[in-house]
Amino acid sequence: MFSACCSVFAFVMHMKPEDYSRRQQELAGWQVTVETYKLGNVYHCTIANVDPGARFARADGSTRDEAESRAIEKATRYLQQTRKFPV
Amino acid sequence: MAATLPNVLVTTDWVAQHATDAGVRVVEVDVDTTAYEQGHVPGAVGWNWTTQLCDTLVRDIVPVNKLEELLGASGIDNKSAIVLYGDNNNWFAAWAFWQLKIYGHEDVRIMDGGRKKWLAEGRDLSTETPKLAKTTYQAKTADTSLRAFLPEVQSASAGKKAALVDVRSPQEFTGEILAPPGLPETCQRGGHIPGAKSIPWGKNCNEDGTFKSFDDLKAMYAAQGITGEAPVIAYCRIGERSSLTWFVMKHLLGFENVKNYDGSWTEWGNLVGAPVEK
Repeated sequence: MFSACCSVFAFVMHMKPEDYSRRQQELAGWQVTVETYKLGNVYHCTIANVDPGARFARADGSTRDEAESRAIEKATRYLQQTRKFPV
Repeated sequence: MAATLPNVLVTTDWVAQHATDAGVRVVEVDVDTTAYEQGHVPGAVGWNWTTQLCDTLVRDIVPVNKLEELLGASGIDNKSAIVLYGDNNNWFAAWAFWQLKIYGHEDVRIMDGGRKKWLAEGRDLSTETPKLAKTTYQAKTADTSLRAFLPEVQSASAGKKAALVDVRSPQEFTGEILAPPGLPETCQRGGHIPGAKSIPWGKNCNEDGTFKSFDDLKAMYAAQGITGEAPVIAYCRIGERSSLTWFVMKHLLGFENVKNYDGSWTEWGNLVGAPVEK
């Protein structure tokens, strides 16, 4: 969905994010938030830890599944490196 | 205690209506420095916290000449209203806010809810970088009263001269983990500064990313003995989450004496001989 918008930035193309979703799931023993949306022809997926809420992995793809599977693969790899210490 | 100061927050509706007004400059600052390229508020410029909001040679906030260059290149003059927003409920938007206040910019605001709320509301995004006419910006002398350095924090911890607020997650506070899950470890020891209270940054925000109400925030901090009557120093891992808590205490609750310790745990947790509590 495209709409042209006239402003001081003449003829800049604006788009609306489509197919937006946000969910929580567990990866490598950690709760994460998976956020995905489509902008133009590209799906963007970002993964953040739930606590404290930092984005730490992202990927793009031509489909939702492609973007999410790439981001989840990266996120899992990073999360497996997080060590826990006895307290 | 002063009342809430709403002039530092704007809504997503306000930004949708005023983002390209003369005299207003919207700026996105994210933890994930690629997020801006995934679509941003139309007309917004993007700042990279790893290269543009710090000294890239020594560990420090952005030097004054670099800040002046950045603002000038962003089409911002001394009278501009700067509206900041970003991912993670505005972590690095608050980081930029804190530095802009250190350098004395008058009109700085944060878009309540940040990138998360803008996206969830299905608002317009652009992948274009705006072409802006350069300006000349002159920063004021740095206001160091907003910033805590190590000696002051050591003194606060040893002598209870200021309340220390650790805004990291409970697992970081206890030393169970050395960094947020999925992020690189940046310290040698886990735990917290002796005497610090754990008030995670996320407690400042609602689920949609907006800040909680004045009454809720006031009650939450008061329950931990933080009322604004005594000096407060906030810290986290690198100082960005604590800049959000600093923003809340200083600008939403109106506490007079609040500082952000940007050395934070990456300094304290690597310091030889520093006392640590778990």
